[in-house]
Amino acid sequence: MAKYLMLKHYRSSSAPTDRPFAPMDQWTPEEVDAHIKFMYDFQDKLRQTGEFVDAQALSPEGTFVRYDGPGRPPVTDGPFPETKDLIAGWMVVDVDDYQRAVELAGELSAAPGRHGEPIHEWLEVRPFLTSPPTVTE
Amino acid sequence: MTPGVDDATLRELVPAVLGVLARRGADFATAEDAVQEALVEAVVRWESEPPTDAKGWLVTVAWRKFLDLTRSDVARRGREERLLAQPEAGPTESADDTLALYFLCAHPSLTHTSAVALTLRAVGGLTTRQIAAAYLVPETTMAQRISRAKRTVSDVRLGQPGDLQTVLLTLYLVFNEGHSGDVDLAAEAIRLTRQLAAVTDDPEVDGLLALMLLHHARRDARVDADGRLVPLAKQDRTRWRTDLVAEGVDLLQAALIRDALGPYQAQAAIAALHADARTVDETDWVQIVEWYDELLALTDSPVVRLNRAVAIGQADGPRAGLAALSDVDDTVPRYAAAAAFLHERDGDLATAATLYVEAAEAAQNLAERDHLNREAARLRSVPGSR
Repeated sequence: MAKYLMLKHYRSSSAPTDRPFAPMDQWTPEEVDAHIKFMYDFQDKLRQTGEFVDAQALSPEGTFVRYDGPGRPPVTDGPFPETKDLIAGWMVVDVDDYQRAVELAGELSAAPGRHGEPIHEWLEVRPFLTSPPTVTE
Repeated sequence: MTPGVDDATLRELVPAVLGVLARRGADFATAEDAVQEALVEAVVRWESEPPTDAKGWLVTVAWRKFLDLTRSDVARRGREERLLAQPEAGPTESADDTLALYFLCAHPSLTHTSAVALTLRAVGGLTTRQIAAAYLVPETTMAQRISRAKRTVSDVRLGQPGDLQTVLLTLYLVFNEGHSGDVDLAAEAIRLTRQLAAVTDDPEVDGLLALMLLHHARRDARVDADGRLVPLAKQDRTRWRTDLVAEGVDLLQAALIRDALGPYQAQAAIAALHADARTVDETDWVQIVEWYDELLALTDSPVVRLNRAVAIGQADGPRAGLAALSDVDDTVPRYAAAAAFLHERDGDLATAATLYVEAAEAAQNLAERDHLNREAARLRSVPGSR
């Protein structure tokens, strides 16, 4: 039993070179619908298997915020247009092992894009830090 | 909670009640739901009307719930009369039922995750909500996990001989989970292992129970007032629970006499040797190394090799420990932490500090990462360690 974050990186350079990544605004409405349906179906499947913990999509634009010393309001900045890497959202799964997490991320990365072709989106799989186990020696 | 009947006492009756229903011909999945509903009703009703025969009450109510749940099926299959003709359970059958239930819930066809969930619900009598909260997943997810597990074992006949090893592993996993939310999983694992020990005759069951008790005894000493992890060597041993240590040692000694050593007994023996030492300097590391050798012969795992190397470092000096470590696969979790510890004891503080940082990066839990970062910081604040 282990929880993994599957972080959806949306970056133009993520696709294999022979399949240039087409941003969603270049898809047909049907292709967009198919993509969204795939995402919901995937989540439903995880609920059925008892592996679903959380899924969230994020607005593409955010603000960077930083402490700026006592008595001062925090500094805000961004968005940073040069940032090629954009976190589109995440899913959290609770699975038997790492292999299963990788298998699921591979499936999620096959979400359909333009012409119904898998978009080959990069997913970053990161384990949660857990509570310490009782038996260690 | 109910006057006279606390939650744990109520839940102790679950396997026997489920067993009666199963022997009357009820299918496991529906019977299990029926018992859960009866438990919920018991919590409500017993407050004002405590039963004279708690088990009898639960059987009656669970059976009624079962009939409600299957009413539509019953008419079709003409099952009701046949089922009602089945006899009640006697005491021996009750023990067999309990064991059969453990086997079913940890059936080898289930994944570890599923076996854990099903065992906590069907044997432990915990609600889906409690199990979900304990494992920090949504209740709907846990409900699906449990119902899938029930479907997986739906063709397994209750009472078929099972695999005790998967049962023990399931209970061990519950114990080792470490969360401490509303449901105390370690205490629940001990309760379930105790219950298993009462209906089995295998020294490994007692070995596992002893292992759990000996580790549970140290629980209060493992974390300081600020929530920091305290390593074994630095624990305040006066805070170890002597009652649990005594019970664990007694169980272990009785198990070892039967001369059927297994990995749980060997691990419990190591824990008992730590428990025996009033101060860390009194630890009998030579015997601990011998037990690691036994454990290695029983189960050649890299984790055991790693822990053995650390014990050799204590028994024969850090150089010997580092030599033993060189035979261990360096991808095993906590490898860097063990290496850091041995280098520190060898006086090479700079290397040790670097390894502690590396170990912190590889840590799989937050408390351990924080601890390893503190160790690195401690060494680096020593003059001349950089």
